[in-house]
Amino acid sequence: MSASQLASNAEQAFVGSSVVTLDDLSREQIQLLLAKAAYIDAHRKEVAHTCDGRIIATLFYEPSTRTRLSFETAMLRLGGHVIGFAGTQSSSVSKGESIADTVKTVSNYADVIAMRHPKEGAALVAAQAASIPVINAGDGGHMHPTQTLADLCTIESRFSRITHLTIGLCGDLTFGRTVHSLIETLCRFGHIQFVLISPDELRCPQYVLDRITASPTCSYVEVRDLTAVIGDLDVLYMTRVQQERFFNEDDYLRLRDTYILDTDKMRLAREDMAVLHPLPRVNEIDAKLDADPRAAYFEQVRAGMLMRMALESSVLGDALEGFDVATAAEAMSYDFEDPVHAR
Amino acid sequence: MEVTSLTEGIIIDHVPAGTALKVLQLLHIDPAHTTLALIMNTSSKRYGSKDIIKIEGNQQIDLAVLGLVASTATVDIVQGGVIVEKLNPTLPTHVTDVITCVNPRCVTTIERGLSQRFHLVNELTHEYRCDYCDEEAKL
Repeated sequence: MSASQLASNAEQAFVGSSVVTLDDLSREQIQLLLAKAAYIDAHRKEVAHTCDGRIIATLFYEPSTRTRLSFETAMLRLGGHVIGFAGTQSSSVSKGESIADTVKTVSNYADVIAMRHPKEGAALVAAQAASIPVINAGDGGHMHPTQTLADLCTIESRFSRITHLTIGLCGDLTFGRTVHSLIETLCRFGHIQFVLISPDELRCPQYVLDRITASPTCSYVEVRDLTAVIGDLDVLYMTRVQQERFFNEDDYLRLRDTYILDTDKMRLAREDMAVLHPLPRVNEIDAKLDADPRAAYFEQVRAGMLMRMALESSVLGDALEGFDVATAAEAMSYDFEDPVHAR
Repeated sequence: MEVTSLTEGIIIDHVPAGTALKVLQLLHIDPAHTTLALIMNTSSKRYGSKDIIKIEGNQQIDLAVLGLVASTATVDIVQGGVIVEKLNPTLPTHVTDVITCVNPRCVTTIERGLSQRFHLVNELTHEYRCDYCDEEAKL
């Protein structure tokens, strides 16, 4: 099958479908979203009426300013409208309404739903009950697929590829769902060397390491010292070491500063390294680094909005004006050498 | 230890030692209303130790559920005092409403009317995970 046909099939597969986890998307679909995000960024005016008359419902059962605004801005920038709630106080949820009943009701009002819920698996429940596409905007500590799409988009925009890179992931690698999701998705494309930088208490879970091992073109090393490896990295993905993860406060205090990225550590890094962070940050990246051209974490926020624009228009089946799938397919020329994990 | 032979019924053999009561529970066989014999922690050439369940009468066994909880078990159908059929449990790819998710953060703990659904992720380790939250199943 030609690249053009693959991309066209990927486009068709989006229409009307929900995105609960990135496993719901083929590699071609993820590549198509990356191509669309780049196109949207360069053609803001042309795409401004893509979703005219459409409505997104943002059902946020717990606070998340950044993600909710991103989903809403994405729809507004495509010409659509926004309804929804943030927090359960002002909705029927406070009266005990089930997730299924809420999304069945909202399905009659809106064209697409973006939902965040504190319970793991809530997005799947919503997707099964809704008659319109549901996009998971985070279900507890389980999945947050659009964050990973934002991460991939940022890497793509910096390096023009998401393969053949050395990617360091630093901090809390045990509980960080963004880290696990990014690793698992990158493994589907292959050709990544992961450098896993964490204290012993917060190492990557075995099932994630097994996933890397199962990918023939990916490998990993586990280290504790960031300064020893920062010079080898194309990408440094920072996460926060949270005090509540430690049983012993002394251990926390001992390790806390080890993983703070500051100007001294950045002197050891490559000139073209990109620093990513899912945000919000607390103190793990010194604010002085924000002006460093290698700081990509606010770019990540823009990338997240672009990917959500690409995703929302795709599941609605609304074509971006001027975007040619066949042309995009030519740019989607990754050499997949990891057929085991192709979908 | 010796138990009188069955004339009509089934023998579930090679049940992992100590799990016979759990097997009965998941198979929805109520010991209070069923004529049965349990032999627990007896010696086994193959596994070192095992449990055996002997049930009198025409009891239906869900082999998928048995595969989930005791994949090493074998089922002998006894008629007229002789074993007429030997069955092996299958490892189900999906199980619904047999076990419950132990993850307190799982949506199944709050959403009404939701089935408890698990899927097989590793045939070698018999690992099952919740369809909703991906938590590993605990039997």
